[in-house]
Amino acid sequence: MEKIADNLAFHASALALRSQRNTILASNIANAATPHYKARDIEFNEEMNKLERSGPLSITDDQHLPTYRPLNPNGVHYRVPLNPSLDGNTVELNVEQMQFSENAMRYQTTLSFLNGRIAGLISAIRGE
Amino acid sequence: MKGAPINNIFDIAGRAMGAQLVRLNTIASNMANAGSLAGSREDAYRALRPVFETKYAEQFRKTGMSTLDAVEVVPLDREPERIFLPDHPKADDNGFVYSAAVKPEEEMVDMLEANRQYQNNVEMVTTIRALMMRTINMGK
Repeated sequence: MEKIADNLAFHASALALRSQRNTILASNIANAATPHYKARDIEFNEEMNKLERSGPLSITDDQHLPTYRPLNPNGVHYRVPLNPSLDGNTVELNVEQMQFSENAMRYQTTLSFLNGRIAGLISAIRGE
Repeated sequence: MKGAPINNIFDIAGRAMGAQLVRLNTIASNMANAGSLAGSREDAYRALRPVFETKYAEQFRKTGMSTLDAVEVVPLDREPERIFLPDHPKADDNGFVYSAAVKPEEEMVDMLEANRQYQNNVEMVTTIRALMMRTINMGK
């Protein structure tokens, strides 16, 4: 069972991270007209590296914390605006929308990888 | 509603759309009252504006989620225009009426922006919903 989980783990965490980034970008777009709101984002590669390095540690006691942390508290950064606006808002709709569509596309890509892996596992299980 | 938790994209976009709708409603009120005349400076209509405020999710530093609320609607501090119309039924003792302090051009531009931002939120929900549906069908 663990082997199956390991087989899917990388893409599963990538998917979770993509989904998290989607909500952050959505928050930016939602606040596109709020004075003094600062646009935020996460660096996907950086976060993915963190997940990679955390590695699978076995939990042998109730008090052990799981190493899987979807997002480090200091992983959310502020975006540097190209054209800062007078009201202190740093959301640039064109930038956010491009990031959002790119992220959605990459989410779908990760989903296809996952689907491929699952299909592979299923055909192996069925022995077809 | 104000203190409701922010758990997912539907909370984010839904509340932001609600705030934009408040904005559209105030614009509609402003446009409806543009050009209306009043008998005194105090009674004259002044353009309304919603005040937007970012609402952060409880675990904001972990999730980065935040949304938008229109916390209040305030009248702008603008002087109504004084017009000399002695035969107007509402004219004061000196024959003046006071025109609503609304600039229709400004309201129209604001309306376009609110409209655009509302659409952005709808688009966002559509995209995320499609992604979620695909995720549900994963492995089929």
